[in-house]
Amino acid sequence: MAIEIKDVEHLARLARIAVSDSEKEVFRHDLEEILAYVSEIKDVAAELGQPAVGELYNVLRADEDPHEGGAFSEDLLAAAPKREGNRVFVKKIL
Amino acid sequence: MDIKNLTIKQAHDLLITKKMSVLELAEAVLKEAEGSRDLNAYLEIFDDVRAQAEVAQKIIDGGKATLLTGIPLAMKDNILIKGKIASASSKMLEHYRATYDATVTKKLRDAGAIFIGRTNMDEFAMGGSTENSAFGVTKNPHDKTRVPGGSSGGSAAVMAAGAALGALGSDTGGSIRQPAAFCGVVGLKPTYGSVSRSGLMAMASSLDQIGPFSKTVEDAKIIFDVIKGHDPMDSTAYPDTLAQVENKKPKIIGVPVDFVRAKGVDSRVLESFEKSLEQLKSAGYEVRDISLPSLAHGLSVYYILMPAEVSSNLARLDGVRYGYHADGVNLLEDYERSRGEGFGREVRRRILLGTYVLSSGYYDAYYGRANAVREMLKQDLAKAFEGVDIIATPTTPTPAFKIGEKSSDPLQMYLADIFTVPVNIAGVPAISVPSGFALEDGVKLPLGIQFIAPHFGEEALFTVGQDFERVRGF
Repeated sequence: MAIEIKDVEHLARLARIAVSDSEKEVFRHDLEEILAYVSEIKDVAAELGQPAVGELYNVLRADEDPHEGGAFSEDLLAAAPKREGNRVFVKKIL
Repeated sequence: MDIKNLTIKQAHDLLITKKMSVLELAEAVLKEAEGSRDLNAYLEIFDDVRAQAEVAQKIIDGGKATLLTGIPLAMKDNILIKGKIASASSKMLEHYRATYDATVTKKLRDAGAIFIGRTNMDEFAMGGSTENSAFGVTKNPHDKTRVPGGSSGGSAAVMAAGAALGALGSDTGGSIRQPAAFCGVVGLKPTYGSVSRSGLMAMASSLDQIGPFSKTVEDAKIIFDVIKGHDPMDSTAYPDTLAQVENKKPKIIGVPVDFVRAKGVDSRVLESFEKSLEQLKSAGYEVRDISLPSLAHGLSVYYILMPAEVSSNLARLDGVRYGYHADGVNLLEDYERSRGEGFGREVRRRILLGTYVLSSGYYDAYYGRANAVREMLKQDLAKAFEGVDIIATPTTPTPAFKIGEKSSDPLQMYLADIFTVPVNIAGVPAISVPSGFALEDGVKLPLGIQFIAPHFGEEALFTVGQDFERVRGF
């Protein structure tokens, strides 16, 4: 499985990760080597399809005893790099 | 008092008979923690240990002590303790303070345990050596030129140094058992779903599990019994009714011989393993060769599913709501710079790998097939457990390696997980118990034996583990 520098750039863009030029070759080499190793499973005769459903499925927690609105707002907003009042602030995208 | 060899059970007896106060115990442990700072095993030693000790002492004085009341424990840096920093050893979360307690934290707190500090790890639990920590490598207490293993290397190292009586780690592909083996302590990876993951930073959600480090198998059971149990906050936590299995004494140990004798396994590891099997026979166990060819695919399955889940789970770290933020010219550049600068190289490598195996055109060939092989491995293991009660392997293919030896070769580092990853893929429990030493440059490097049981078979692991401790001869 040949991986090219442009593949690394494409993946980095999809993953929203800035990668420096000097690191692109490192990642290209590593991805190629790792993918070559894991590709052995293509030869395993396993039946493809949906994985079996386990004993736990459609687990939903009952929305009981809700806490009062705002009880955690200050703690959570305090962790935000930028805030404006009671909102997390981001650059405009439109 | 020999604090380095003091077990939880022994400390508990000293505390309830008032031969020792909680403060005396906590200070003795703090002294070891201070004295072993050069290991870089603790990222932070908490400043409220004495206040916690007072609370625990009151519980003991009031006659309401549990086995863990007043016992000093260490926490891996990816498990939340409200109000404390939880950085996952990443620049991304260097200043992040937990806004709530993990379920395991709450359970330990309710039991009266004391949190000594948070321990170093590979960034976001990705690695097998703690070399991927943004805050420097942890050194192995047995040989400071060697790694303690990982990703929970800090937790294993503080145990070996006597700087905690127990510790929690997380195990996604061996991150409790491998460092336990490298540092000569006990490490348990419980059944997937038996311990709540609420408040554990997600790495690969279908594989992650919290578990204890301890000096003895008995202590591992003491911690496990406190942290286990159903939790509505974790939708993959099994209801307690499902977790009940018939506890019969294990008698037959299966050894997947072809898998164990695979290429790259150190001869001293094999020698020690054979000796351990003889010792188990002397303890009354029947040892049987079994064939489990699908185990050999474990590593490939793991290095497809794990990065896929990593790339999805770590998408939440975007420099917007919490964590590291770097400013770009627009929001897209904010994301790219925050993630590019906040994550270390191994984390970025796995995110890129996960993005690749999940991308359109490759999804079926990698992720789809890996899931199919996962099912096959699970079924093969279940079939094997029809004939044997326990499966045994060495925990690791080699003893602890040198710092820097594998850090530039990710594939070599991944191969160190060969015996531990199939356990996470199948979701079954396994324990690593110290089994001997490999002599290298005049230093005794610890080795571990791994016992694997069927789902919810922790009691069988404790039984065989304790039997082994009695006969191993050190």
